[in-house]
Amino acid sequence: MTLLVVLDHDRGKWVEANDEALTAARGLATAMETGLHAVLIGEGALDLAGQAGAGGAAVVHVATHPMLTDYGPDAHAETVVQLAAATGPDAVMAVGTSRGNEVMAQVAARTNLPFVANCASVDPTAEPWSITRVQWGGSLLEDVTLDAPTKLLTYGLHATAAVRASAPGAGTVEMFTPELDDRVGHTIVIDRDVQTAGVTLSTAPVVVSGGRGVGSAEGFAVLEELAELLGGRVGCSRAVTNLGWRNHADQVGQTGTRIAPEIYIATGISGAIQHWVGAMASKRILAINIDPEANMVVKADYAVIGDLHEVVPAISAEIRRRRG
Amino acid sequence: MDILVCVKRVPAPGARINVTDDGLAVDTAHLGFTTSPHEECALEEAVQIVEREGGTVTVMTLGPPEAEEQLRYAASVGAHHLVLIPTDGSAWDPQRTATALGEAIAAAEAERGAPYDLLLFGNESADAGGFQVGVRVAHRLGRPIVNAVKGIEIGETSVTARREIDGGFEIYRLPRPAALGIKEGINLPRYPTMKGRLASKKAALAVEEIDAPPGGQSLVRLHRPVETTSRTEVLGTDASAAVAVVDLLQEIGVLP
Repeated sequence: MTLLVVLDHDRGKWVEANDEALTAARGLATAMETGLHAVLIGEGALDLAGQAGAGGAAVVHVATHPMLTDYGPDAHAETVVQLAAATGPDAVMAVGTSRGNEVMAQVAARTNLPFVANCASVDPTAEPWSITRVQWGGSLLEDVTLDAPTKLLTYGLHATAAVRASAPGAGTVEMFTPELDDRVGHTIVIDRDVQTAGVTLSTAPVVVSGGRGVGSAEGFAVLEELAELLGGRVGCSRAVTNLGWRNHADQVGQTGTRIAPEIYIATGISGAIQHWVGAMASKRILAINIDPEANMVVKADYAVIGDLHEVVPAISAEIRRRRG
Repeated sequence: MDILVCVKRVPAPGARINVTDDGLAVDTAHLGFTTSPHEECALEEAVQIVEREGGTVTVMTLGPPEAEEQLRYAASVGAHHLVLIPTDGSAWDPQRTATALGEAIAAAEAERGAPYDLLLFGNESADAGGFQVGVRVAHRLGRPIVNAVKGIEIGETSVTARREIDGGFEIYRLPRPAALGIKEGINLPRYPTMKGRLASKKAALAVEEIDAPPGGQSLVRLHRPVETTSRTEVLGTDASAAVAVVDLLQEIGVLP
């Protein structure tokens, strides 16, 4: 009886989502009354095995192969399928990042097993398992049963607040070499085009967003100024990208980026559910809006009821004043 | 270049979603419907590719008979062939959906005597968000697939895909025939012209009756999450609120 958690990394660099994955996995393994195994795949993975052990894994499988040079959905899924065949876990899970959901979907396709994506809570104590998962990016919940010899699932991104393990796992490293054929090489990353070095929308401690209320593409200049003063990034709503004022890469929301900053400053954003589900994992939300009844204002922790074009420059000026 | 796009009819994003009394479905009484956003972009991308390279766009949907509306819309913005796989309106689980779509595509390819050069899917549907139907269909048909794609370049025998990552893109090159899971932002979908709308009413629509066995994920009930009622602290009503805002920023330690 084991639970296998699939961890991710970026060419040997630990990704933050792993801490969420391990937190969720520890909880699930406890409920299953079973041991927790982790798998790390490819070049650079071995160096991260200690972190997986510290996160609670009793066994850390490190999979290597000459083809496993970089991420590839087929190569990673094929590796997980073969490892699962060799070790027989009762369940395989990941956290629902873009890669997490993709690899698990590939594992499901290869094994023809059901796969429940973006779970909010899982009860593994009776067969079939009872799971609550999110629909509509989090605005609707769906209770399902999962009936399968091996359970495949992902937890929704930011559904679990990462906490450190109270006690580390044994972290015993076991090397694994899958058999991979050329076809899995068709979907391995061949290059990268890095456009933003440093802080990004998903990692910024502060996100300053604008909605339709900003009024124009040029109107975002005051938000850019504030974001820069705070070492943050500018985001926007779907209305704004549809109007062509900002690039889609800046969009916070269900079809854009899910963010979880220390504080989210939402200006001129009404707060449609599409937007809210991308912002709701923020630790604090400050809404700046002329409409006190706006959904964003009602749901925010803090609000300024006023014109963003007056309030935002005043905040920037106050920051400069205090810095002297 | 012949491209097949799978789309899904979903309630318009942004609407408040209510559940029927038995908890088994979304209450559609007061909802407008649309094409799931990622798929609308997949369709636009297919139309743009075919405008550049020549070829045809086939749009397929599995859903209630009313999903004809989304197929007609697809025709109005440039799709050539429309295929409806009708259901009774109940939500099919991802395995069942993928099996039926896979069979329908295999049958269409057998009939035309060649695989589609590209199969396009949305990265995930706006409603169920299962993140797997495209991957399952592609695997069933033996096509390589990459998800979260926000850029496509057509090569001689390959397709180069740009996948959005934090702060940039990963580049993949897949041999054709291939499949891709598309994300919103790859383009801005066009609106139909009056001429397109009129033509779409007459476009031929193929109906394929295909069923598949249910998979291992079964719906018990849908429910709305408990509303988070946050007590909003109002820091001010004009520019003078800046002092309280900066106090807050300082207090939570985000003022560098």
